[in-house]
Amino acid sequence: MSDLNAIVDILKGEFGDAVLGHHEFRGQTSVVVAKDRIADVATFCRDDGRLGFNMLTDLTAVDRTPRTPRFDVVYNLYSFPHNRRLRLKAPVEENDTVPTVEGVWKAANWLEREVYDLFGIVFDGHSDLRRILLWDGYVGHPLRKDYPLEGIPQKVVYR
Amino acid sequence: MSETKNMIVNMGPQHPATHGVLRVVLELDGETVVRAIPHLGHLHRGLEKLAETKTYHQALTLTDRMDYTGALINNLGYCLAVEKLLGIEDQIPERATVLRVCLAELQRIAGHLLWLGTHALDIGAMTVLFYAFRERETIIDMLEDVTGARLTPSFVRIGGLAADAPPVFFEKARAFVKELPSRVDEYELLLTKNKIWRNRTEGIGIISQEECIQYSITGPVLRAAGVKWDLRKVQPYCGYETYDFEVPTGTVGDVYERYLVRLAEMRQSIRIVEQALDRMPDGPVMADVPEITPPPKETVYEDIGCLIRHFKLMSGGFKAPEGDVYMSVEATKGELGYYLVSDGSEKPYRFRVRPPCFINLQALEEMIKGRMVADVIAVIGSLDIVLGEIDR
Repeated sequence: MSDLNAIVDILKGEFGDAVLGHHEFRGQTSVVVAKDRIADVATFCRDDGRLGFNMLTDLTAVDRTPRTPRFDVVYNLYSFPHNRRLRLKAPVEENDTVPTVEGVWKAANWLEREVYDLFGIVFDGHSDLRRILLWDGYVGHPLRKDYPLEGIPQKVVYR
Repeated sequence: MSETKNMIVNMGPQHPATHGVLRVVLELDGETVVRAIPHLGHLHRGLEKLAETKTYHQALTLTDRMDYTGALINNLGYCLAVEKLLGIEDQIPERATVLRVCLAELQRIAGHLLWLGTHALDIGAMTVLFYAFRERETIIDMLEDVTGARLTPSFVRIGGLAADAPPVFFEKARAFVKELPSRVDEYELLLTKNKIWRNRTEGIGIISQEECIQYSITGPVLRAAGVKWDLRKVQPYCGYETYDFEVPTGTVGDVYERYLVRLAEMRQSIRIVEQALDRMPDGPVMADVPEITPPPKETVYEDIGCLIRHFKLMSGGFKAPEGDVYMSVEATKGELGYYLVSDGSEKPYRFRVRPPCFINLQALEEMIKGRMVADVIAVIGSLDIVLGEIDR
């Protein structure tokens, strides 16, 4: 799609080397962004009139082990003014942190908590980074590929 | 003056008005809500992890168990996502597409009816529950005629539908769409001008358009805030662009308008079902893509080639090309999205659900801060949450 290519060009013009690449599959465009600049790219995507991606539809992660960097944090964006979607991907190392986009879209609060809970990726600057689906004190991050399907026996303290 | 202290009240997880196992910790100053912190995960079953170990076809049954009030729409969204991943979306037979729309809209009405009955019950209007469940039962019976299941049909399949609908379904559906508008009038008679209902819902749980977009709120809650946005209109799938229907919206975005929007949506869904029944074409309900879809069941008993094809698909599944797709549909609660990552094998490498209830619930505190504790029930009800989908 040509208008999505134009978006990639705009992002490349604005952020230069921070845009690590892009790919298209089934008409959907993903832009790979350096994770240090993700908050800036997100703010730009939201505020620039040509892009207008004012909604964070979804935020999730993919464990690409044994690749390094191990994880991709995936941002699915939607633009109300232009009615189109864009996907941002930020590769991140196993023990590294990602800047939060909570300040850009409030929806990121719980979504980042979920990624932290299930993948163990830490979001820098997040206001309330706690587990959300599993309980505090849970050991392990289930959506990592090295986590067994049957789980790890947990010590549950009853009150 | 003696010193006062805020009180912490634990609402749920076993609370009839939280629609499942939602636990909200409320900090109250007298009867005023100071903070409301939802605690999730009581129904977490690790669906996303589990789906990674299933073939694309097997993972379908897991989608039923997310939002169990709209199971067919969950199936539909998942199948559309896989079809997009495989690149076979233009090979789906016309009859399958029209039947999908027909079933999805009936499921939407059933979901809204369940919401209407329980929401009214939460606020104290008990009669509505019996009325709403009477019609819901009719729909569930019809769905049972078609799919064989009442709650978890897994009927929409990759490439089409599991089977064709029996003739009795079309008769019942015709009768039902004729009857339902007058039934919706009955609900309106009970509630729309009911003074107690309006006192409990008007001006409660207001959220503005800008806040909705900040919180990624979709579905009836967004539309009640005045945004005319429905995925069936803005990014149509299954040929929704060829159906004639309106997108009802509100202006204020309070609990009352969410009620009005959902009632209006039921009326629009009836129109869509009517149009779908009118145009129902003949033909197969499953695409014929040998490496992906199973052959017609009759041929499996007669033709060795079909038997092998059936066996290979059912035991091993099919391989999907490497890549990732995001596909979303307008579910009863909002935008239900599937983000699938394939590594070229028979199983999804990553199976991500964008859960509308989870994302809508995040704005709960925003909506009830500074309101009365009784309003919490009304607001939670108006968000129409299903914990099966929030916790997955």
